Amino acid sequence: MPVTAQMGLEPVGYLKAQTRWGAAETLFWLATPLPFYFLPAYLQLASQIAITALFALSLDLIVGYAGIVSLGHAAFFGTGAYAAGLFSKFVWGEPLTGLIVGAMVSSLVGYATSFIIARFRHLALIMLTLGFGLLLGAAANSASWLTGGSDGLQGVNIWPLLGRFNWDVYGYTAYGYSLVVLFVLFLFARRLIHSPFGLALRGIRENFLRMPAIGAPSRAHIRTAYTISAAMAGVAGALIAQTTQTVALDSLGFERSAEILIMVVLGGAGRLYGGLIGALVFMIARDQFSGIEPEHWYFWIGVLLVAVVVFLPNGILGGLSRFVAHWRAK
Amino acid sequence: MSAPALSTRQLSKRFDSLVVARDIALELPVGARYALIGPNGAGKTTLINLMTGMLAPDAGRIFLCENDITGLEPQERVRRGLARTFQINTLFAGLNALEAVTLAVCERRGLSREFWRNVAVHKEAIDEAHDILVKLRLGEICYQPTRELPYGRQRLLEIALALATRPKVLLLDEPAAGVPPEESSDIFEVVAGLSTDLALLFIEHDMHVVFRFATQIIVMVGGTVFAEGSPAEIAAHPGVREVYLGTRKHG
Repeated sequence: MPVTAQMGLEPVGYLKAQTRWGAAETLFWLATPLPFYFLPAYLQLASQIAITALFALSLDLIVGYAGIVSLGHAAFFGTGAYAAGLFSKFVWGEPLTGLIVGAMVSSLVGYATSFIIARFRHLALIMLTLGFGLLLGAAANSASWLTGGSDGLQGVNIWPLLGRFNWDVYGYTAYGYSLVVLFVLFLFARRLIHSPFGLALRGIRENFLRMPAIGAPSRAHIRTAYTISAAMAGVAGALIAQTTQTVALDSLGFERSAEILIMVVLGGAGRLYGGLIGALVFMIARDQFSGIEPEHWYFWIGVLLVAVVVFLPNGILGGLSRFVAHWRAK
Repeated sequence: MSAPALSTRQLSKRFDSLVVARDIALELPVGARYALIGPNGAGKTTLINLMTGMLAPDAGRIFLCENDITGLEPQERVRRGLARTFQINTLFAGLNALEAVTLAVCERRGLSREFWRNVAVHKEAIDEAHDILVKLRLGEICYQPTRELPYGRQRLLEIALALATRPKVLLLDEPAAGVPPEESSDIFEVVAGLSTDLALLFIEHDMHVVFRFATQIIVMVGGTVFAEGSPAEIAAHPGVREVYLGTRKHG
């Protein structure tokens, strides 16, 4: 961080400057529509990446900012997916309403479990989130009359977006829709981490023990963060249900929870863009590797993960920012 | 005479067979500058942990301005005006001093649940945080991450965080622990300059510092209050000389 450049700033000006849009992030978002023009054959993949990025962003809010490690975050992704899918099947197929339903159901589940989550830390927390995830996965499997079980949810019926855009096989609508939703929720998350509440979350991550000594209700903060994160994961799940017109049982499985955590760590936790970059790299790598060596995909992901954790302890973005700082210092 | 800012009655705590606090009855008047001394293991930090709610007592009661706070959570006691610092730095390593103190000010002002607005809109809260930092000679380095600050500055940041809660009573657990003697007096100059509305209790091993800054001295030994009195009285106390000053340590 270029501390010296900010020395002359007033405190308010300094904090404002922290939240200003940088060139790199502006470029990042300007590049997101490029697949429409240059990679039209990959729009379905691009849509999946945008949705996964949103899911990773939701996990980063609790892992990277509040320091709550979860191995069961797919519970909320899957809940949102099933909620939106079932809503379209039985009630109403309008996609934006479906997103809201997905967010609401997931946040309710998140809020209910947050009372237990907020009382634990570290290993106990990992086991708890894992337990909740397994529990929900098993419940969805046994309620196959409702969810379709391992065959996946059939009969998802999503109306055209805004009454105008049909769900084309190329994925134009899917990617445009996913990208806009990702961007809107990214703006929300960005605002959140620069808010007083976001500062409190960073306080919890940096020193949980000090928080009560400055009068902070850490548990209440954790409950709020967990609920918001669950809602965002629910929106991501709803998006996957709507854009693929089905819900697979593995959308709330353990593997999904583990993968999303890998993506956040890969990109760099607590950096806002970490989950986005992690999802991008992971999904593209999977698409490429699984084409060449579908059997050994997880071998390579394992290699990548070990390499990143050993050589880039703060993820790809952490490594990049160190490189940039080093380069600037020259 | 007005009610004491902080008082304890028959406060007791034991860990299995080890008694760490026995029937401790103390009164800290408004504006107090009290030193808490005693050999290692006398139960000084334990007493602070009991008073601030980080440990639950087995028996006894704690009062903040006549209100019984014995059953309150630590953060609730802080909101009512009882703050502390830690002997071992307990700071937000990745935040800079401005962010850390702004966080504490926002918590006190009830802004910390606000997730929809940029923290920079709260100009008064940020300016208040900055004023505290300037007063504690941390103004110039307030944009540097805490982990990069010199150790002495980190000790001052400990105090700044506690002050941001606007305490009525401030408990300082060895504020200059680990700081070289020449810097240690800097820290105590800051402590001595704090508002006289504030009741202050500090743990300290350096007797020069204790006799210079304390108006009253409490001596603890083996989990009990062994003696209490003015510096002159304590200096003349035969028992204290024997158990403590005789084997005095500069910590």
